[in-house]
Amino acid sequence: MFYRESGQFKSSYAADSAIFTIAQDRVFIAALLALSFVAIPGLASDYLLSGILIPFLILSLAALGLNILTGYAGQLSLGSAAFMAVGAFATYNFMVRLPGMPLLVALFLGGLCAALVGVAFGLPSLRIKGFYLAVATLAAQFFIEWVFTKFGWFSNNSSSGVISAPAMQIFGYPIDSPASKYLLTLSIVAFMALAAKNMARASIGRAWMAVRDMDVAAEVIGIPMLRTKLLAFAISSFYCGVAGALYAFVLLGTVDAQAFDLHRSFQILFMIIIGGVGSILGSFLGAAFIVLLPIGLNLIGQVFHGAISTQFLANLEMMLFGGLIIFFLIVEPHGLARLWQISKEKLRVWPFPH
Amino acid sequence: MEWQFFLEVLVGGLLAGVMYSLVALGFVLIYKASGVFNFAQGAMVLFAALSFVSIQAMGVPFWLALLLTLVLMVLLGVGIERVVLRPLVNQPPITLFMATIGLSFFLEGLAQMVWGTDVHGLELGIADEPFDVGGVFISKFDLFAAAVCGTLVATLALFFSKTKLGRALRAVADDHQAAMSVGIPLKHIWAIVWGVAGFVALVAGLLWGSRLGVQFALTLVVLKALPVLILGGFTSVPGAIVGGLIIGAGEKLAEVYLGPFLSGGIENWFPYMLALLFLLVRPEGLFGEKHIERV
Repeated sequence: MFYRESGQFKSSYAADSAIFTIAQDRVFIAALLALSFVAIPGLASDYLLSGILIPFLILSLAALGLNILTGYAGQLSLGSAAFMAVGAFATYNFMVRLPGMPLLVALFLGGLCAALVGVAFGLPSLRIKGFYLAVATLAAQFFIEWVFTKFGWFSNNSSSGVISAPAMQIFGYPIDSPASKYLLTLSIVAFMALAAKNMARASIGRAWMAVRDMDVAAEVIGIPMLRTKLLAFAISSFYCGVAGALYAFVLLGTVDAQAFDLHRSFQILFMIIIGGVGSILGSFLGAAFIVLLPIGLNLIGQVFHGAISTQFLANLEMMLFGGLIIFFLIVEPHGLARLWQISKEKLRVWPFPH
Repeated sequence: MEWQFFLEVLVGGLLAGVMYSLVALGFVLIYKASGVFNFAQGAMVLFAALSFVSIQAMGVPFWLALLLTLVLMVLLGVGIERVVLRPLVNQPPITLFMATIGLSFFLEGLAQMVWGTDVHGLELGIADEPFDVGGVFISKFDLFAAAVCGTLVATLALFFSKTKLGRALRAVADDHQAAMSVGIPLKHIWAIVWGVAGFVALVAGLLWGSRLGVQFALTLVVLKALPVLILGGFTSVPGAIVGGLIIGAGEKLAEVYLGPFLSGGIENWFPYMLALLFLLVRPEGLFGEKHIERV
């Protein structure tokens, strides 16, 4: 940044604990919000909206959920896609079985269902830790996938377990064009990101980080382990659940349980590793990276039209993902968010670092 | 007749469990010696089987192909140690685990890029046909797999408890820094471990490959091995075997006797639930080392 914070004094507690303490940051965020709320829906093409921006926002939300659990509370989970599935299927059932249910209420209730399931599968975390827990979360992944595939009740007995989004509207305003879907997603994601940021700064966030850094010590200084861990599971699953419902209804339209398989869980895990573990900004950067990389690879593939097979590109993509994960873990374990922070600090004193 | 059927299911399950143990063994080996939970073991199994089949397809005779693949796997193991793990020394175990997830993606991509994505058959010369033992049918192939697995475990158990190198490996697993300070060369040890893990992956890859065909689905056997691992404990070779037997038998019995009530297809999650319930009673697994935490 080509600006300094000189002359900006914090003269009240409110100013000291603000999210953005520097005026330039506030201007930047305001401009970003104005751009994404006002300019983009009007100017962007339908492809840009529904091919890049909506998936980016939804996956950011899921990454945010996993980041709360893994990044802040330190409980590694390989089952985030399962909680997305719970959110999607629960929201679907609320909307289909209770006609006249408002969309936002159904989303909220779907998230709550995901949170309940998250707490159920988080219970073992009180007893088991580390790898054992990571493997235990796989139980959630396989079990939930199986439940939604095998029991027709959850998909309203539709053929082959596929659920299709019912017509969506908010206050009589239909959500059918890419721009309106984008605005809906953006509003929800912006609101929930703000909530996540505030949770991370509040006492619950500090309790999570204490548990992450050393849970025995955290318990000794009086942090209630049961409440803290289960709350992390509940809130994380709530975020994943809402993301799953948006993924099913806003992005895809029709979806079955296979859309939320183990591969999706890994994808979300990769987002937070690349973006930055334990960082709100990192969830967004990581999601952007993971969404854009295959698109970029495809573009390269088109340049060498015919010379490179899609098979080759698919394998190359896997290798690149894997390689990048290792690269980031070795070079910058805190991901893109940390790189952003470093470059900000460097630029602050640029061009006279001494 | 009823008990005979039960026995047949049980024996079939136990022998399938041996196959799970074989994969779980690769995990235990690396975890014991380096404290790394190597998620890439499944990718290594695929890599080994695919390499072997492809080398054989070039007209190389069986034993030479086996030798070449072994060399390749050891080189791969050493390479992984050099490129991925050495820069991550002293990082928290979770970081190492995530690195191996990345590694598994990399290896899966690499194996298929180099050797192609076709499904290959693999013939070991042992027929997968059942024969009669007191009224219970047992597959010859399963028995062969069990024998291979038994030999492997006996060798490894002796290696870990009786040789100097084995003890050095266990010391490294216990505490990197302490092991280094008494003069154990960490780098060599890790290279050896990953080489041996490559060897175990080759054995598992050959057996699983001839059962399922050499294809991408081989990487999924890792998902079968994980519940075995948490049931038996990450650090115990006997644990991997006993865990494999319990999971194998439990899975088959549940599929036959419980499956019809739950509309089938439960073999994907049942082992995990079994292992999870078990963990609630014994958080460190059946034979895992008890960890005393201090602040």
